[in-house]
Amino acid sequence: MKEAVHIGANPSSTPGLQELVGRVALGDEEAFAAVYDAVAGPVLGVVRAVLRDQAQSEEVAQEVLVEVWRTAPRYRPDRGTAMNWILTLSHRRAIDRVRSVEAAAAREHKAALLDRTPEYDEVTEQVEARLEREQVRRCLRTLTELQRQAVTLAYYRGLTYRQVAEALSLPLGTVKTRLRDGLIRLRDCLGVTA
Amino acid sequence: MTTTDLHRLTGAYALHALSAKETAAFERHLAGCEACAQEAAELSATAARLGLAVTVSPPDALREQVLRRIGSVRQQPPDGAGPARPGRVPLRGRLLSRWALAACLAAAAAFGGTAVWQHQRAEDAAREARRAEQATDELAAVLAAPDARTRAASFGDGSTGTVVVSRSRDKAVFVVAGMPHPAHGKVYQLWFDDDGAMRSAGLMDPGRTDQAVLLRGGIDGASGVGVTVEPAGGSEQPTSAPLALLPFPA
Repeated sequence: MKEAVHIGANPSSTPGLQELVGRVALGDEEAFAAVYDAVAGPVLGVVRAVLRDQAQSEEVAQEVLVEVWRTAPRYRPDRGTAMNWILTLSHRRAIDRVRSVEAAAAREHKAALLDRTPEYDEVTEQVEARLEREQVRRCLRTLTELQRQAVTLAYYRGLTYRQVAEALSLPLGTVKTRLRDGLIRLRDCLGVTA
Repeated sequence: MTTTDLHRLTGAYALHALSAKETAAFERHLAGCEACAQEAAELSATAARLGLAVTVSPPDALREQVLRRIGSVRQQPPDGAGPARPGRVPLRGRLLSRWALAACLAAAAAFGGTAVWQHQRAEDAAREARRAEQATDELAAVLAAPDARTRAASFGDGSTGTVVVSRSRDKAVFVVAGMPHPAHGKVYQLWFDDDGAMRSAGLMDPGRTDQAVLLRGGIDGASGVGVTVEPAGGSEQPTSAPLALLPFPA
């Protein structure tokens, strides 16, 4: 097993990653191997947080990493760091997988949802146990209980805000607001800029 | 949905917690709302931090699989809508280097003997070359250098290669046409020939049959360029006999 990628103080601008992705955009496979080493851990982590199933997560992570290779020439550095781009893509693809499975089982959707959503405490605990970065853990604690539940259910569980509302028995408007002000508080605590 | 409602969706959007339809509506809104786009970008970056926090150790097999697969996946072309990248060749330089490339290709046709350069193929090679050129002005600079010299060769399987060398820039460019795709999981690797010792000069794009590649590193006294077939990702040293060895022009 490889060492987990060490995340420094400002992980979104991992030195060299931008430049490596620029070289990947020119078809440089050696640069891609270096990009792989920098992002595979976070990519698989994001996908697994959402999907849980290891085999399925590796399959989706593989798709994401190949997509990084394929679409690197279209990556726009002015729209965010390479790490953000890749992790946003990872989360998106994990969610797509969850939702396509849900669509296939639309009739059982509600039962399945009720079956798997209310254990948010377990989710958060498990996630927090695996948090590599003290800062994220600390900042999650600065959120209100409702903000934290809403944000972690949406991000780590891949729920839509409607599903979050259902799981937490809250009105839709409240959930939209909590997702936004929760993330804003997290952004300010982490000092994130875009 | 009202604009105020839409504006409140930045958080849900950043967390991918909107339906496909809502996402599309929100993205249309973003296009005309700079403040929303800024907030959405910041919240997406924040969500990525939640992702980083759950980094795991991927199994070694995943690395092998991914690196093997990219060998057979063609990359998308740039969409051309991006802002000028630093280092992009100014227009004049580009025109000049296109001309220089055309001259190189013509020289290849003249010197190559058996190398038959069909118009379309030359166009393809020039187009490929132009694409690379936009991001790497060095390649263009080599082609456009006043002291650029070329040498062409036919590889016997219908493919042709031309090496363009600029001693003043200590750089070389390798242009090929009609190169067959490497076998699955393999890649063509370029080497500087330092008196028989091979020094890696980078990889070629396995998805393309016509391409212009700036050799990585300086010529630094090398006598020529070699091409070998290597496992995807390349090798430290050649693991197979060279397909071609092309001496640099004097």
